[in-house]
Amino acid sequence: MLKDSDRIFKNLYNDYSWEIESAIKIGDWKNTKEICSKGKEWIINEIKTSELRGRGGAGFPTGLKLSFIPKEQGTRPHYLVINADESEPGTCKDRDILRFEPQKLVEGSLITSYAIGAHTCYIYIRGEFFREGERLQQAIDEAYEKNFIGKNACGTGWDLNIYLHYGAGAYICGEETALLESLEGKKGLPRLKPPFPALVGLYGCPTIVNNVETIAVIPTILRRGAKWFTSLGRPKNTGTKIFCISGNVNYPCNVEEEMGIPLKQLIEKHAGGVSGGWDNLQAVIPGGSSMPLLPKNICDTIRMDFDYLLDQKSGLGTAAIVVMNKDQDIIKCMARIAKFYKHESCGQCTPCREGAGWMWRMLERMAKGEATLKEVDLLFDVTKQIEGHTICAFGEGSAWPVQGLLRHFRKEIERRNSSDPLTKRIGDKIPYLIDQHLLENENA
Amino acid sequence: MSVKKVATNQPEFFQFSDENLNKAKKIINKYPEKKQSSALMPLLFLVQKQNENWIPLVAMKYLAKMLDIPYIQVYEVATFYSMYNLSPVGKYFVQVCTTTPCMISGAGKLVEVCKNKISQNQNELSANKICSWMEVECLGACVNAPMLQINDDYFEDLDKEKTEEIIDMILNDKSPKAGSYKNRKSSEPESGRTTLINLKDA
Repeated sequence: MLKDSDRIFKNLYNDYSWEIESAIKIGDWKNTKEICSKGKEWIINEIKTSELRGRGGAGFPTGLKLSFIPKEQGTRPHYLVINADESEPGTCKDRDILRFEPQKLVEGSLITSYAIGAHTCYIYIRGEFFREGERLQQAIDEAYEKNFIGKNACGTGWDLNIYLHYGAGAYICGEETALLESLEGKKGLPRLKPPFPALVGLYGCPTIVNNVETIAVIPTILRRGAKWFTSLGRPKNTGTKIFCISGNVNYPCNVEEEMGIPLKQLIEKHAGGVSGGWDNLQAVIPGGSSMPLLPKNICDTIRMDFDYLLDQKSGLGTAAIVVMNKDQDIIKCMARIAKFYKHESCGQCTPCREGAGWMWRMLERMAKGEATLKEVDLLFDVTKQIEGHTICAFGEGSAWPVQGLLRHFRKEIERRNSSDPLTKRIGDKIPYLIDQHLLENENA
Repeated sequence: MSVKKVATNQPEFFQFSDENLNKAKKIINKYPEKKQSSALMPLLFLVQKQNENWIPLVAMKYLAKMLDIPYIQVYEVATFYSMYNLSPVGKYFVQVCTTTPCMISGAGKLVEVCKNKISQNQNELSANKICSWMEVECLGACVNAPMLQINDDYFEDLDKEKTEEIIDMILNDKSPKAGSYKNRKSSEPESGRTTLINLKDA
């Protein structure tokens, strides 16, 4: 188990206060000037050596991303945008960083902005986090007062302004290009890539978009050295991570742990075990709702890191663990997730806009046992038609959980729908209407 | 995308109060020159604050003029994002999270309470016109599920009885205490922590 001294977020449970004085006491803003004076290249290289991977879901190497920014500043200014639009079901780690550890984020913004040559940093926070946003604004104001940011920030000779921007309840704005569109005052429709934001981003200028947790761990990594960070976890999956454990566990919690910790240990040690005991476990979503679920027999042995879960055809995502025990109707749970995606699709690409609704309706019928056996294959086909045929990764995010359900719980679906009510009632003569749902008033 | 109903009874006039006009100027100054359209989203929130939690069409036209952007862009944004209310929702706007983690933890009971106490259907004002409710997608407090949001505040770790108490209070125009209803200060395990125990070493 990780030693307390190796944890990055020491105020995760709000033992000290969030104010700048106590943040300084627990080690924030220490040697910030010296770190910056080592130069941009040193900072980016050190992050590269630490093998830090983005904490927002995709797990892209952060150092590599930072190095995509043009080295020489042209006529266009550079921007740093921080993604605090945390809306992935199951995930609530950024909220605690914003509430209790805001100075880590502010310090991280300064160091990262310095490294990529940005004088302006926007923090895009989800609109529902109104109180967290207030807290963060106070923290930013405190940092201004101490001259840690602003003109000649922290004595580095670098000018930096940090602004807060509230979203307004659109999950899709967590996608980086949709976030930039939203920041420009438009609908949050993702952009085609390339060009990537590092070259053409906010207002057409080079922009780096990173998750809150990614930015917040950077100061500690630079202070303690990349070597320390790589000593935790295993190669390419280094460091610590905040895990959010929710659902059918005795004591749901957020906890910072070492990358690669076994799932069973994580649940039993920190979250008080599955309600009804480990044997009562049905399935676990290991990384936020977009990641395929895993049944109990796989959960017995898995370790929580990016590559290990990828081998299990799932993913670490945001490290939000949703536990479902045998009291839950697994098809209903996944139908609810499908409804989430139907609600949140931005509507730009046809496969996603229409397909998300189809998947939801089919799953709702399957949960009630009103589907035909043919539809099980049809559902799989729909997920394959969505995956890879959309502008952004939302398509995959909506298709994968359904694929996961079909992969591991196909028998359960077939058992429940084996009576083929529709086929029995009308025979094979009448084709199944894809718009059948419109006959029901509440879906119209 | 969410379905949005634009109110049939629209006011004929809207303008910012002097205080909000100052705030609006400050917000516009956050963004680079000629990029003032970025201020649209915060300004829509400001309208919503001033106008009892909803945005009338005339305010959208007002913002379009203020930011020098087409009215349709304002309309697009206001209809795209789910947090902008385009018809009256009452002084207390209750949003119940019903996405899977909350659903597993019993969000259904919270919905029942809202149905019984506020109104049978979502987006319908209560009998005394003070409050309305709707189901929303994940609010990002899954570890403290089930939970709901009233205006700007989160109410966490709820059950049926506690939700009834809260809803009764707002129906009588009183503000209930926000935060966790199991007295949790943060997202640490309820049974006591397993990490960050020896704070001196931490």
